[in-house]
Amino acid sequence: MSAPRILYCHCNYAQVVPRETKEAVLRHLCSGGAAFEAVADLCEMSARKDGALQRLADPNGGGVRIAACFPRAVKWLFASAGAPLTSDRVEVLNMRVQPAQEIVEALGRPELRPNLPSGKETTESSPS
Amino acid sequence: MSTLTEPTLRIVFFEGETASHWPGETLFETMSVLLGKGYALTRPQPGGRVSPHDRGETVWLGQFEGAVVPEPMDRADRARFLDVSGMPAEAVAEKVEARRGEAKAVEHGLWKPWFPVIDYDRCTNCMQCLSFCLFGVYGVDEQQKIQAQNLDQCKTNCPACSRVCPEAAIMFPKYKSGPINGDQVSDADLNREKMKIDISALLGGDVYDMLRTRSERAKSRFSKERDSDKALAERQKCLTKLAQLTADVPREVLMSLPSPEEIARKAEEARQRAARHLGQMPEA
Repeated sequence: MSAPRILYCHCNYAQVVPRETKEAVLRHLCSGGAAFEAVADLCEMSARKDGALQRLADPNGGGVRIAACFPRAVKWLFASAGAPLTSDRVEVLNMRVQPAQEIVEALGRPELRPNLPSGKETTESSPS
Repeated sequence: MSTLTEPTLRIVFFEGETASHWPGETLFETMSVLLGKGYALTRPQPGGRVSPHDRGETVWLGQFEGAVVPEPMDRADRARFLDVSGMPAEAVAEKVEARRGEAKAVEHGLWKPWFPVIDYDRCTNCMQCLSFCLFGVYGVDEQQKIQAQNLDQCKTNCPACSRVCPEAAIMFPKYKSGPINGDQVSDADLNREKMKIDISALLGGDVYDMLRTRSERAKSRFSKERDSDKALAERQKCLTKLAQLTADVPREVLMSLPSPEEIARKAEEARQRAARHLGQMPEA
């Protein structure tokens, strides 16, 4: 099974992701040998319906690991760009709340841990 | 052409064959600067293939260090190789910016990507967002399903529509707190949302209810003048109420009340869309 593809979002136009987290994650990606996509702002790409999102969402391309923000937001940003993600092939790492070290470790894991929400989950009803 | 449909540049960090390896720190610094300028970047495997960019030019950055810089292989002439050997990150960015100008690609950062993102797992298509939004961001698709359509008309930093959504289905990913920022919805959030239905009641209640009620009435005794005056007054009440509930709706939004004519037009458009949705009116 091939390694998941990696997408990093820099969340360029807001200060909601801690700068040190973004730097640590990007530095880790740059120092490793893995291929990855880095986008300035996933929201902007979604608004543009950028074709890169469709390539990333293509389930035939294998799994994808996305370092960005909340999984619910990421799921619907892709969907609104006409590039719906396949639930069992996507793991979202949340740079807004997860520590950089946790994200860096997750990026190196060989297996994917899909975590897109589905249905009307609430914090109380969520399985996690 | 909308700023959202203009061509963009895609940047690929090329290495292998005639180009040297990008050292990690150099790559990090260069990427950081280019990301700050809004570009989308790809670091492929050395010698790996990259899918063509669908809307604009692909720029391959390589440290060729005296070796021959490849010619573009893209028949549509939408690929460029740039030799950036030994250049500091800022100089690389200047070179890319120059190429962006030549390619007539969009300058990023002129529009802050602030717009509503709908969670269709939660959305019930009640149309309250459509009837509430002052800026015409919302519309419906062919199946009469609510959509955020005119994204660049959204008022930056205004989350007002998400506050009137009874299902907490509208997100603004750059908002500071949940559930508007995309964080999980809690039962407490939903209880708060239920209270907010009162706000939409100030707008005249549920669109469908309103339609049915009006349909049961004399049908043709629709006084536009009187209704638009009422709508303006109701909207002012609504926004005053909203301002009491939250301090983060920009003042200019609260001040951007449309004219009675605009309200009447929007209400009529929304009414027709909703009526078609309910099968009460033939397609225009």
